[in-house]
Order: sequence, then C-alpha cells, then structure tokens
Amino acid sequence: MSSVETLPAQGLASPEPPHLVNDFSIQVATVNGSGSQSANIVLLRALFQMGIPVSAKNLFPSNIAGLPTWYTIRANHRGFISRKKEIDVVVAMNPETAEEDVRNLAPGAAVVYDAPLGLNRLRSDLHFYPAPFDKLVTPVCPEAKLRRLVRNMIYDGILAHLLGIEMEEIRKALFKQFKKKVKAAELNWRAVEAGFEYARQNLTKTDPCRVERLNANGNKIIIEGNAAAALGAMFAGVSVVTWYPITPSSSLCETLIDYARRYRIDPQTGKATFAIVQAEDELASIGMALGAGWAGARSMTSTAGPGISLMSEFIGLGYYAEIPTVVFDVQRVGPSTGLPTRTAQSDILSTALLSHGDTKHPLLFPCSPEECFEFTLQAFDLAEELQTPVFVMLDLDLGMNYWMAEPFRYPTAPLKRGKVLSAADLERLGGFARYKDVDGDGVGYRTLPGTEHPLAAYFTRGSGHNERAAYTERPDDYTRNMDRLARKFETIRRMAPAPVLDLRPEARMGVLAVGTTHWALVESRDQLDREYSLPSSYLRLRAFPFHPSVADFIDRHDRVYVVEQNRDGQLLDLLKLDLDPALLPRLRSVRYYGGLPIDARTITDDIVQQEGL
Amino acid sequence: MSTVAAPPPKKVNRIGLEVVGYKGLRTTLCAGCGHNSISERVIEAFFEMGVAPWRVIKLSGIGCSSKSPAYFLSMSHGFNAVHGRMPSVATGAMLANRTLLALGVSGDGDTASIGIGQFVHLMRRNLPIIYIIENNGCYGLTKGQFSATADLGSKLKTGVINDLPPIDTCALAIELGATFVARSFSGDKKQLSALLRAAISHRGTVMLDVISPCVTFNDHEGSTKSYGYMKDHEEPLHEIDFVPYFEDIDIEIQPGTTREVTLHDGSRLALKKLAEDYDPTDRLESRRALDQAARTGEVLTGLLYVETNRPDFLQLLNLVEEPLALLGQDRLRPPESALTEIMEELR
Repeated sequence: MSSVETLPAQGLASPEPPHLVNDFSIQVATVNGSGSQSANIVLLRALFQMGIPVSAKNLFPSNIAGLPTWYTIRANHRGFISRKKEIDVVVAMNPETAEEDVRNLAPGAAVVYDAPLGLNRLRSDLHFYPAPFDKLVTPVCPEAKLRRLVRNMIYDGILAHLLGIEMEEIRKALFKQFKKKVKAAELNWRAVEAGFEYARQNLTKTDPCRVERLNANGNKIIIEGNAAAALGAMFAGVSVVTWYPITPSSSLCETLIDYARRYRIDPQTGKATFAIVQAEDELASIGMALGAGWAGARSMTSTAGPGISLMSEFIGLGYYAEIPTVVFDVQRVGPSTGLPTRTAQSDILSTALLSHGDTKHPLLFPCSPEECFEFTLQAFDLAEELQTPVFVMLDLDLGMNYWMAEPFRYPTAPLKRGKVLSAADLERLGGFARYKDVDGDGVGYRTLPGTEHPLAAYFTRGSGHNERAAYTERPDDYTRNMDRLARKFETIRRMAPAPVLDLRPEARMGVLAVGTTHWALVESRDQLDREYSLPSSYLRLRAFPFHPSVADFIDRHDRVYVVEQNRDGQLLDLLKLDLDPALLPRLRSVRYYGGLPIDARTITDDIVQQEGL
Repeated sequence: MSTVAAPPPKKVNRIGLEVVGYKGLRTTLCAGCGHNSISERVIEAFFEMGVAPWRVIKLSGIGCSSKSPAYFLSMSHGFNAVHGRMPSVATGAMLANRTLLALGVSGDGDTASIGIGQFVHLMRRNLPIIYIIENNGCYGLTKGQFSATADLGSKLKTGVINDLPPIDTCALAIELGATFVARSFSGDKKQLSALLRAAISHRGTVMLDVISPCVTFNDHEGSTKSYGYMKDHEEPLHEIDFVPYFEDIDIEIQPGTTREVTLHDGSRLALKKLAEDYDPTDRLESRRALDQAARTGEVLTGLLYVETNRPDFLQLLNLVEEPLALLGQDRLRPPESALTEIMEELR
C-alpha cells in the first residue's frame, strides 16, 4: 500500500512561477457525448507514461449528450493528486460555457480555445491560444460525420506542443485507448498531429506551464476504484452478483461482468462459476444477494444512496437473521436523487445504522484503488466469518475517476468461509443451535440448505427467535439475542481494517478522515505546515465500528478536526456515538459538500479560520 | 399367553422416510383455516414423491400464509423473508445452489400488493420454484382488510364493499412467462394433491393460486373467497390424475376425452375432460377461459397453462453443474497469472 500511506516527500525542490514544471492543472470543457473522454484519457495517460504523477476528475452531467462537461487533469511532481481548486490551463471547447470558464480563471492562466469563440476579447490577463478546430479537422477526417468525434483529439496535439508532452507518449496512449480499433486510432492520431503542427507554426508559448519527464510513477497502473473493487470481488471468489444499474456504481458490476467472462469460465466445461443477475430494483438485488449468502454463495450487490435507502428493510433482516453478503455503496450527492454525478461522503451515518430497530453494520472505507481491491477481499471474508452484511463505502470520485495505483497484490491467504457445519459435523455433534454463542465471539454456527442430514435444517426469520432459531416473543430470549449481536459487533471492531496513523510528535492538533478525503487532507497538512507552521498528526479511519485506537489518538491531541464531505458532519456524529463523552469537546468539524471532490485549500482555509490564524 | 397383534408396519416412501419426516410444527393458524389444508397436501405430496426434505428450501413472505412453512417439512431449511419479497430471496438461493427444490408460500396480500413487483419478475424469469399463493382475498394477520385479489363487489365483514377489480394472479403469471400455472381450492383435496405432485415434477416456475378461505375474516355471506362461495362456484377444467415417473401405471387415454402432459422428470398428468375440452398448452385459450369465468363469477380450477420446453432461468445462466455455493477456492479464485495479466493491461 505504499502509494496510499506514503506522503509526498517533504522539501523537494518546488519551482515556483514563472515556471510551473510538472505542477499544474488542465481543465477541458466540452459538451458531453462529443467523444472528448478519449482525448482526455489519452492526455492523462501520456503524462502518466512520462512518469509525472497525475490525477483526473471527470465532472459530468446526468445526461447522455449535449450538456456541459469538464475534465480536470492535475499533474504534480510531489504526488499530490487531489482536485486542485485553481485551474492553470483551460481548453474551452463548449460554446455554452466558454465565457464563464474564462471569466472564472485566475490571472495568468492559459486558454486553448476554438478560434470562432473569440474568447480573447474577454480578458487581457490570460494567455490565449486560439485554434480553428473545424478547419483543422476537415483535411484529416474526410468523412464528415466522424469529424465531431475526432475534433477533440486536436487539443491533445496543441497541448503536447504548448506543454512539452512527448508526442511518442501521446501516440502510445492513443493506441492503447483504441485497443484493436487501429483504423480509428490512426484517424485520431492524424488529428493529434494536425493540432501539434498548427500549434508549432502558429502559437507562441507565453504561459508558465510545462512538463518534463520525471519517471516517478514506477510500476504503477491507472484504474478506477469501481474496477479495482470489481477485481477484488473476482479474486475474492464472488459467485453470485445481483445488481441494479445506478450512477455512480454501475461500472463496478459491469467491469466485473467483463472480467468474470474472461477468468471465471470453467476451461473444461465452458460453464460459468458465477451468476450475475440484473435485478428489477434494489429491493430485489439485495434480496437475491441475501438469499444467495444464506444458501452459502459469496454474494454481493453494488449501489448508491438511493439504492441503500431501498435496501434498508432487507439489511435489517440480514443483520438480525445473520446472513453474509457484501454491499458496495458508491456514494453520490443526496438527499433524494440529489446530484447523481457528483461526489459526497453522505451515506456514512444512514448506512452505519441502516434499517429500523437496533441495527448497526460494518463499513469499510477505502481511499484508493489498492484499498478498493484489498478491502473487497477482506469484506467477503468478514461477511462470512461474521455472518452479516458488510458495506464497502466508495464514493463517485474514487469509483468513477482514474487513479494511479500500485499493482494489486495477489491474495495469498485462503478464503475464510466462516462457521459452517457439514453433515459430518452434525453427525459428530448430534445437532446444533443456530444462534448459540458457542465460541464467545457472538457468532453462531450455521448450516447450508442442501446439507444432507436430518438435523441440518433451521428456520431463518426476521421475527423474534431464540438460540435454536425458533419463534419467540419472550423478553429474555429477545434481550439475550440482541446482547449477543452487540457482542458480535465488538468482534467486528477487532477484525476490521485498523486505522492508518501518521503521528507528528510536536503536533498538538490532529486531523481525522475516511476515504477519498485523504488525498486533499495530506496536501492540506502540507500547506498548514509550510504556510502556517501548524504541524498535525493524522489518523485515517478505515472501518466502522471504529478501532479502539481512535480514542488514544484524540486523547493525545488538544483538538482533532474531523474532515468529511457532507453537510452534517456524519462521521463526527458517528464518532460521538462511539466515544467516551469526555473526549468529545476536542472534536472539531471541517465539512465540504459542493459535490466536487474536496480540495486541499478548502480544508486549509477552514482549519486556519477555526484556529484563529 | 395373550396374543398381541403386531402393529401394522409404518408406511415409508421410496427414500425410506415415514410421513412424519415431512411434518412441521403444530399450526398456530385458526381452526378451519384453508392454509392448514394446503400444508397437509404439501406434506403428502412431498412424502409421496419421495423428495429428500434436506433438498428442499421453503420460503415465504409475511402474513398468515407465510407462517405456514413452519407447519410442514421440518427437515427443510426455511426462510421467512420480508413482506412481499420472498421471490428475490428464493432467486438468490437458487442461484447459489441450483440443486435445491424451492417451495415458496405467499398470500394474496404478500403477492398481489406489496410483492407484485417481485412476483412479476419471478414469473418472467421462469425460475425453478413452486410458488403457492394461499389466496383468501384479505389480510388475515392485520384483521381482515381487503387485498388486491378481492373480487369486485365482494363484501367485508364490516359491510365495506370492494369497488376495485381484482388482480388475477394466474392470468398475470401466464402473460409473464410462468410455465406451469394452476388454480385450485384448499378444499379440493384430490385436485390440489395432483397439482402439487405435478409441480414437483415440473422444471420452471410453477404458480399455484389456491383459494384458501379465511374462516375468521372472509368466510361470510357476500365474500367470494368463502367455503360457501367456492362450493357453489368452483368450476374444474378437468379431472386430474397424476402418475409419478417411478410408478409403472398406464393411463387410459380415450381420444377426445383425455389429454396427457408429460413433465420434466417423466411423470405424467392425465386431464380428463369435464364439460368442455380444454388445452392447457394453448396460452390464448387459457386467457379466454379466465376472462370468461371472471365475467360469470365462476372460479376456474385445474391446470390453466403448462409449457414444458422453455429453459428455466438457471439454464439460461450457463452455470457449472455443481452448486456455486459449494465451489472451492480453486474454482472461485483465478490464478495469479490472471492478475498479472490484468495489471499489465492497466499499466
């Protein structure tokens, strides 16, 4: 997990303007459905292949074609990959938003734009690079109806010239992007060359941004968090996947379908070792996942906030009847439909306590593709070992954007299938009591339907049940069972991924976060330290129930800022439910909920203000 | 020396189990509840067919009907799901283990109102399951409110008249793709018994709507789901004889009077014509007959529709033979070379 825990090296030479070498952000503004995604990914990959740490944030509408979309690529030689608030280079391709895109820029930014838009009349404090895109695309793409799709590739060529991106890397990235579609790749490559050639002959470089080969990316891969989770599920041996399409989680199951078709078909028989079913809604997808978990398969579903709300009743059953399954929540902005294509960490509280009655559920919080992969492996083990639904909490930023990651490590530990009694066990034991706490960890033994033994069966129900799974309304039976479930939750606390701690001995201040907030927070700590001489310790929680070391961390510091991406401070609230009340006055809150991935400057400014600096 | 007659040998089925092996807990439903008769038929049918009870999963939703799986097949795993959503749980369980035999018990409220969404998709998938609706036209467990299968103009005990048309779950099931659709009456022992045994022999979705009077809330004058109403209005389509595949019995086929249907396991149904000839493989005819009966207030019972050549949902998924739930790590986790290859592609 080196890329996750390693903070950018301190004190690296950082050239300040006028030259921004390997340290800038590019924002491409286009109309969605215009094929700009390929041009943007090629740009991202070319920078990545030059060894420059990069990140990408796709800011897109909930629409298929015709609405504005922005794609932001950040290059940073120190490895800071959170969203950068300031834009250094804009590529203005969308007539509808171009003027506003330009007006919002800080002085000194560069603007590559479609010449007819005449944007250079708007301001005099920017670097303008006009290019006649239509005129350039016509000769390279004789077929008129393809021009709209090829046109965007021209800005890759222009940027290659302006920023110094190696054309050979663009070509490599482009052919990778188009895979076997060589003709399409060639066509697009001619557009890149046309852009490059135009820029070389007509544009004079005046802005400070440029790249230099850095070779800082080692052996890394580029992947979306959803794909990483899908791979985790495949290598965890998932066998029943039931899902319902919803942004931003759909690509998780879709990627899993692709990989499973490649790697989970029995070579002898040509038959699948998995079943993937698109359900009629999330009520059904979770019902199927629970049915499959109950019958002994490794099962999962994947959804977002609205689906989580729908699953609430069934999750209560899963908790109370103690059925393993894994639920991925790729969080987006709510409430209600909210902003389906924007990111948030706003399902923390509702998911932790999902359903009526006394319920609580384990949540795992990955912050990176590596953790998406590893936590998914772990989630399947935990679900079966603890016989309960386990949630993996991604968000749109992690799930749908491209991230650099260390190559995933092949799991060496065997699958942990939990306490399941076989017919031979039943013969030896002379029977079993499904909900009896034999081992003192709150987890009973179960049997799977189909176990060929007269004593194997038990009755699973969401109504009151005693140790032998029989219906009961007796107060003592009910209380004993609920107490055991509480005990089981303490077992989960010990087994879930422990926090990652970065203690600075001199720090009086701590910061605390989960998930993708990490990336902005490490950069904010750097800003606080360098600009305000405010060192901080950092604890990144990776699971609920919270690890006991949280209390120690808070106790060590005068004040701890809980940084999160929602309005109400949900993580803070959940901590309050879990912690010794004496510690609570030390907790402070930093919240961002604009729908974009949180950025470092927003955190820094907020903390500085609360510190009274 | 007194002479004591030896007790008669206990009757065992083909797998050597006595009928007691198919029983459940003592019912807690009202005396005379139609559901109890259905439980009795289930016990008989599974016993007579010699189904290993540990191969069976019995699932239900919420309501009086959904309590009944506790009253039969104690040696089968049971699952009392949430209201109206047993179909999804059953689907998941069958995905996990295709060798199981799923028996779902629902009610008219559980199916036709809160569960209608999952019901229609279950029918559409043709999942191998026997889905029984214990249909009494009302919500018994919450004290007698109308359900969506209550007939137009039928009357509650309180005098309230139902002014909405009923959902005909059989018509719906046929329309949506269920491959064995029948209606019966809890009081029609012979017919229900034959249909249940045939259901065990069918592969695909069996939708069995059983009119099952609620003696406490819907068995009065003015109800169309009462014992009295059924006595007067039940209209069997045919007389049904079931011959299991393991019994070597000839069916006497008289052309024009008896139709024979061969089921997946080789068992056969002989449908003897009553008033009119009825072809249960003709989808159009089934719809016409149901519409016609609805107009006259008759309750058609018997095998309404059967289709034996459509693949079931699990066949469409091209699954390995072994239950997915029982696959070991060697089958479930691709080798390290797979991960290496994928990482290389992402570089």
